[in-house]
Amino acid sequence: MDMIGAQLVNGLSYGMMLFVITCGLALVFGILGVLNLAHGSLYMIGAYVTYSITVNSAQNFWMALIIAPIVVAILAFIIEMTLLRATYHLGHLSQVLLTFGLAYIFHDIAAIIWGSNVLSVALPPSLAGTTVLFDQSFPTYRLVVIGIGFLLAAGLWYVQEKTRWGAIIRAGLSDKEMISALGVNIKLVFTVVFVIGGFLAGLGGVIAAPVLGLYPIMEFQTLILALVVLVIGGLGSISGTFTAAILIGLVETFSKYLVPELSLFFVYGLMAVVLVVKPNGLLGKKVAA
Amino acid sequence: MKKGIVLTAAVALLMGLAPFFLSLFHLNLFTEILILGIFSLSLNVLVGYTGMVSLGHAAFFGVGAYAAGIAAKEMSPNLLATLPIALIATIMVAAVIGMFCMKVSGFYFLMLTLAFSQMIYSFIHQSTDLTGGSNGLSGIPAPVAGGIDFSNPVLLFYFILGVFFSVYAGLSLLVHSPFGQVLVGIRENETRMRSMGYNTTRYKYASFIIAGALGGLAGSLYTSFNGFISPIDVYWTMSGSVLIMVIIGGAGTMAGPVLGAALIVILETIVSSYTHSWMMIIGIIFIIFVVFFPKGLTGIAQSIMHRMTRSKSGYKENHSKAVLKKNA
Repeated sequence: MDMIGAQLVNGLSYGMMLFVITCGLALVFGILGVLNLAHGSLYMIGAYVTYSITVNSAQNFWMALIIAPIVVAILAFIIEMTLLRATYHLGHLSQVLLTFGLAYIFHDIAAIIWGSNVLSVALPPSLAGTTVLFDQSFPTYRLVVIGIGFLLAAGLWYVQEKTRWGAIIRAGLSDKEMISALGVNIKLVFTVVFVIGGFLAGLGGVIAAPVLGLYPIMEFQTLILALVVLVIGGLGSISGTFTAAILIGLVETFSKYLVPELSLFFVYGLMAVVLVVKPNGLLGKKVAA
Repeated sequence: MKKGIVLTAAVALLMGLAPFFLSLFHLNLFTEILILGIFSLSLNVLVGYTGMVSLGHAAFFGVGAYAAGIAAKEMSPNLLATLPIALIATIMVAAVIGMFCMKVSGFYFLMLTLAFSQMIYSFIHQSTDLTGGSNGLSGIPAPVAGGIDFSNPVLLFYFILGVFFSVYAGLSLLVHSPFGQVLVGIRENETRMRSMGYNTTRYKYASFIIAGALGGLAGSLYTSFNGFISPIDVYWTMSGSVLIMVIIGGAGTMAGPVLGAALIVILETIVSSYTHSWMMIIGIIFIIFVVFFPKGLTGIAQSIMHRMTRSKSGYKENHSKAVLKKNA
């Protein structure tokens, strides 16, 4: 029973990390129509910046929580302005290939700056301990991650459903031509959404760094999992991404615990089944590919 | 057309004579280019001709490579055994994966192929008893066939060259056949092909299996050539590399993917002796091609040819034709 509780918390917090990382990807894919294969690289940069900030003092983790996402957001801004804005006429597939090339470039830039050793990020003392809940102790940080995930989900839901910006984004998801005809500066929307996507990727990097660690092909592994979450959840719905992230988090954690040899097999198998049964994802709307 | 045949014959002759003027190192490099050339030709059937962008083609390479490797170790290193086993294994895997992938298109196809290739990767990575796990499969005996020992790199080169030409010729015939034209039609406008009465799903399925089988063939040749195979060759970065080869070379042409494979292998050999940042270089080159030369190397070659012929005689001809039209 104890193990199940611990695994449940592990799975939930893992799912929340996946949610933070994936919602940026989902937002960008939904609005820009570009499947950003460099999203994992932005996440990686966020994690490495966190490492650089906290390497001398674990207490700086709080600072990293603000600085790293902003650094990544600035990077995303530069990418959008220089590379994507100039290439919208090439079509979505070409842009996907572009971001794939970017992922290769970032991989080596990270290796040049931070080397290719396995690194880890230490937590500040206030987060590193354990918390007793229902007569059972859990790592505090895992609980904090779960809290952050729920907060972010609630915040995103509020922005998307209740604000003008959210309305523009929802409109952009269903009909891009129409909202630009209604006088919305669609180029500005693209840039803002891409920067938000970068910010969320960076935030995901900070949050996941102390748990998952840093190693050379981390961005590709995370990207793949984020794609799986994206597909299972379906496009254009925060709730879909949220559900799928928790599902994948739990499935991977429990299958790792029960049948370690086949854990990834389960995750990809789940994605294949969902794609075949419900090609638009669990809660997705119909979006032309 | 006659020019093309002469050119092909000249290239074939030059390739056949390669062992006489290339060092062993360069001959091995050439062999690798031929193997990866077959691999990228196989992906081109999907990406270039049928218009389905797959990011999971390494799965078939891996299945072919591991099937050939395990068959050579456990049964016999005879190519007459390993090649058919590898082919049958990949065709079976492609048939199963294809059944699922035919249900989706576009980005979803890309992601589903990716998911399946990662499933195969994690299977290979984790079933240590069969595949050696993350250490890879080593100690694969050198291939033999009909009393010929292919541990000699020159003999192996000729064998792989032979396979390469058969694949190249076979695919050239295929893409110009009515079947290939239907595939091109699907690439251009699938709805229209369907309304014309073609069962496009069946054509796409066939194309998927052909691509998978040839990918497996490339994988099994790679095992025979290398004597070693590791899970890295099945990882999705391998799928990415071969997609890069196809796009840089020129998707939807016969020569393109081979040129792309040659460019990437040669560049990698040159660049990696100077710097470790090989992925950055290939990323930059890839971006340049996607933005400025979306038709790849063959597209560049065509536009140069076009410009040359136009500056010689083409302009006058066109001009006189235009005048004729006006008078008529």
